[in-house]
Amino acid sequence: MPLQLEVVSPERRVFTDEVDMVIVPGRNGQLGILPHHTPLVSSLGVGELRIKKGGTEQSLLISGGFVEVRPDKVIVMADLAEHSDEIDEAKAVEARRHAEAELQQTKDPVDIARVRASLQTALMRERIATRRRTRG
Amino acid sequence: MPSLKDIRGRIGSVRNIAQITRAMEMVAASRMKRAQDSILAARPYADELEATLERVASAANLTEEIDPLLANRPVKRAAIIVITTDRGLAGSLNANATRSVLRWVTERASSGNGDGSVEIEAITVGRKGRDALRRAGVPIAAHFPPLGDRPSFGDVTPIARLVTEDFLSGKYDEIDIAYSSFVSTLAQKPEIDTLLPVARPELGEEGERTNDEYLFEPSPEAVLSRLLPHYVAIGIYRAVLENNASEQSARMIAMRNSTDNANELIDDLTLVYNKTRQATITREMIEIASGAEALG
Repeated sequence: MPLQLEVVSPERRVFTDEVDMVIVPGRNGQLGILPHHTPLVSSLGVGELRIKKGGTEQSLLISGGFVEVRPDKVIVMADLAEHSDEIDEAKAVEARRHAEAELQQTKDPVDIARVRASLQTALMRERIATRRRTRG
Repeated sequence: MPSLKDIRGRIGSVRNIAQITRAMEMVAASRMKRAQDSILAARPYADELEATLERVASAANLTEEIDPLLANRPVKRAAIIVITTDRGLAGSLNANATRSVLRWVTERASSGNGDGSVEIEAITVGRKGRDALRRAGVPIAAHFPPLGDRPSFGDVTPIARLVTEDFLSGKYDEIDIAYSSFVSTLAQKPEIDTLLPVARPELGEEGERTNDEYLFEPSPEAVLSRLLPHYVAIGIYRAVLENNASEQSARMIAMRNSTDNANELIDDLTLVYNKTRQATITREMIEIASGAEALG
């Protein structure tokens, strides 16, 4: 039995299809979900969401949010979700540099937390983009 | 009687106005389509989040001690987020919205849950609301510029963070949000909802039946305390999207009406112009005829 997966962000429905397996970036590490997984609710960190279907693999950048495994489907509610082919590598590198530079100057602890989060997202975006390119 | 030249000038300027309002109507129509699409696109997330929240809430023991965002305190100070547009020419949209806010402020200030009055401050998004509230003497705690045609979820997080922190610190005991909800292209309704404290989610039958089997990582309470701020942010995001769609449709209708009125005015003026022209010709003919008669 395949797994019904839905990925939604506040702006749009990003992905919906039947898949064989999905690996989500949980807050405390990767979480692989196969069909008939126990119902579960967990919050998500920043990372790569990997979708396996019939020997092929797709990846999405996910940042924050929640995953809920229901008996009938898996729902990923992400604050930010981007298909790997939507990511512009050059922009990602630039965003990472910008965040790094900003981190040097920021003093306010709240701002530091915010900049760190955007740096983490930028790094992950860059990593996914690079992997996609090298894999061909 | 105005001269022919005057009337021609007026027809020209009314025609220019009609051209501009027609163009604005077209722009608003295409933006309205986009704004409606983004409301629809945001719906799956909001629905799923609500379903998850219900499920988590039915597993967690919902008390104020679990999460301070649920705390129902006696209301002494309240803040209202007022979402309006930056630009005018949108019919009665902003006037209706601010009128309903001012009525609410007057009623709420004296209600006070039975024990005294409530101090109310406004947090405005959009210039029109800020200006109207300032004129009415409502204190404004913060102002945000509007978020543009295609606001992203990230755009509302500063607002969400501000009100959540102020609620938690005890600066305000209640946070409300006012916006124009999009009913249809022809109808927009001013709406005021309570954002904080978060209303206790009703336990669905399904939730009660299945929650025993659910795993929560790390615990129902921890997941809940991450979910609630999202719920507040999505409430603000939805209000912003609704207000956007309302703005564009109100402007489209207002501009369509002015184009129609301008065209009517052009017809009337053209009639006057033709009549005046005819009268002038007749008068000139009579002058020539009587002149010739006098000479002959």
